[in-house]
Amino acid sequence: MSESYSAFVKKQFRKSTFGMISLYTVACITVVAIFADILANDKPIIAQNKGELIFPVFKEMGVTFGVASWPKEYATIDWKELQYDWAVFPPVPYSPGGTDKKLVSLKDRAPSGAHWLGTDDIGRDVMSGLIHGSRYALSIGIVAMSIALAIGIVLGSLAGFFGGKFDILISRLIEIVITFPRFFLIITIVALVEQGSLWLIMMLIGLTGWTSIARFMRGEVLRVRNLDYISSATALGYSTRRIIFRHVLPNAIAPVMIYAAFGIVSAILFESALSFLGFGVPPTVVTWGSVLFKARSSTYSWWLAVFPGMMIFITVSAFNLIGDALRDATDPRLRS
Amino acid sequence: MWVYIAKRVLLFLPTLFIITVISFAVSRLAPGDPAAAKVGVGAEGGMGSRSNLNERTVKMIREQWHLDKPVWQQYVIWTGGLLCFDMTKVFSQQGTDWGNTRFTGKPDLGKSFLDNRPVFDKLIERVPVTLIMNLLAIIIAYSIAIPLGVYSSTHPGTFTDKASTFFLFALYSLPVFWIGTLALTFFANPEFLALFPSGGLRSPAAADWSFWRRSVDYAWHLMLPMMVYVYADFAFLSRQMRSSMLEVIRQDYVRTARAKGLDERSVIYKHALRNALIPLITIIAALIPNLIGGSVIVETIFSLPGMGELSYKALVSRDYPMIMAVFTISAMLTLFGMLLSDILYSVADPRISFGKKTA
Repeated sequence: MSESYSAFVKKQFRKSTFGMISLYTVACITVVAIFADILANDKPIIAQNKGELIFPVFKEMGVTFGVASWPKEYATIDWKELQYDWAVFPPVPYSPGGTDKKLVSLKDRAPSGAHWLGTDDIGRDVMSGLIHGSRYALSIGIVAMSIALAIGIVLGSLAGFFGGKFDILISRLIEIVITFPRFFLIITIVALVEQGSLWLIMMLIGLTGWTSIARFMRGEVLRVRNLDYISSATALGYSTRRIIFRHVLPNAIAPVMIYAAFGIVSAILFESALSFLGFGVPPTVVTWGSVLFKARSSTYSWWLAVFPGMMIFITVSAFNLIGDALRDATDPRLRS
Repeated sequence: MWVYIAKRVLLFLPTLFIITVISFAVSRLAPGDPAAAKVGVGAEGGMGSRSNLNERTVKMIREQWHLDKPVWQQYVIWTGGLLCFDMTKVFSQQGTDWGNTRFTGKPDLGKSFLDNRPVFDKLIERVPVTLIMNLLAIIIAYSIAIPLGVYSSTHPGTFTDKASTFFLFALYSLPVFWIGTLALTFFANPEFLALFPSGGLRSPAAADWSFWRRSVDYAWHLMLPMMVYVYADFAFLSRQMRSSMLEVIRQDYVRTARAKGLDERSVIYKHALRNALIPLITIIAALIPNLIGGSVIVETIFSLPGMGELSYKALVSRDYPMIMAVFTISAMLTLFGMLLSDILYSVADPRISFGKKTA
């Protein structure tokens, strides 16, 4: 065997057409999420006002990060009404939370030249909401999964490595957490606390979603613990941490990524389902699920039902396909 | 076998204990006094928070729901109620007298904050709708998924296999709450197609109709939610069936069966299918805990009077006794599902035994 295991998995993964397409899809969504401010914003990207060149979008980022503050004359301004010398607006010239006051009747809220995907009942642009929503969806998926990965890998490897009482304790813990009715637990806590936040949802999904990873890691460590290369590492006097992270984990990383891909799917679905039921994020935050929530109260607005669901569907399919392709790629029967 | 089941049930006890503690803790986790919240439930604002009447009401409610007692006593009373014991008289001003415990023969999960009715009664009357729909959905899903999975795996690479695999994958990735909303928006909406009613179980005038007409009306109301339930289970099951069947067909005993000259039919249906079904049987266990979780979404969308809708309403109105009950029940269902899965596993696969190995 000349190539490393991860190189082999990569090669196998590239053979999967759907896997690669999905990888590019996720990359696209990531790019949209990163540049959401520039893609959809009610402020111009660059403009000349009274002879002065301004970059309101970037200024806004600065304000968000706390390194800049709005000058007095711009603090409470309506950027759309300003008389610019010239201005370049983002492709979607609305902010996710900004309401379009020009809309009066229900018909105006349907998809049109001004609002490509329509607006919700209080005039917030759906497309802008979806673009910014990709941020929430991805960050919920990634943060929740990172929490689950950290807990799962650490507990699983410790249980496998030390065995004995430690193993029994952790295995019991896994058994208990598995029996939690996850969806109902999360929905209950989020609904009962005063004001649900994204962080709370991420934490809850992560804290309840690590069991399968821990189980896998435990089995994996148990399997390799008595193999020669681990014995030699132990004989060389390496620390437990070094053995686990440098010698056990690298081989387990590809299968763990399968759990991660499917874990991201369930995290995104959990959050959307929560927002869809009206729990979860505060009403000012626009996520894919919360746009869908609006569709429940106004059945006329079909665009509120169709587009956010489409985004969830595309993202979820992509991660599912990546998971499938990874599973096929790590299948030992493929190795010759 | 029985020894194994008994062992497993014993092992569930600590888990159950932790779950009841969590359920209890979660309901106390909410900021503010549940009793004050209860007062708020009845009146939509308008009540001065400092009025004398209000304070008396809160005090009364605290006594009625045992909120005036220390937390551990509340927990004991609640758990006692869950196990069919009336322990409300155990703790009094005079001290603790365990002799006052009464066996009632019926779980008492407290009274709902919303309408003061016993939580247990409210739950029981909601069970049939949820149970019937879920069972029906599972049966329909299995009866389509198994033949489809068998066909797909025995004709690998054909157009039907590829198309169904692709289609099933798409179905599998479609979120239930989206499909439900779409179905409601496009098929039960006068703006588009009003093929189905937009919610509920019966037409308003149904009480006067003949039995036959009432049944048709009932089926008509259940059609859309049933389709949503079925597709979700079905997509999952068919994918499992296909991969499980593909796995089995590669096995040696299938090759042996072919080699000894059996016709394809009996190879597939007698030798392969039986083994391929094993993982599918155990999946039932995974579907059981979904009963409530999935029902919350579907029943809320289609406003069906089942357990899911009940729990949704309880969550919205912060009806703590109800939330605790539903939480505990779904945890118990999960435990039951796991146990069932283990037992079914040993029934379906004689190679697996949980007792002592016979030499």
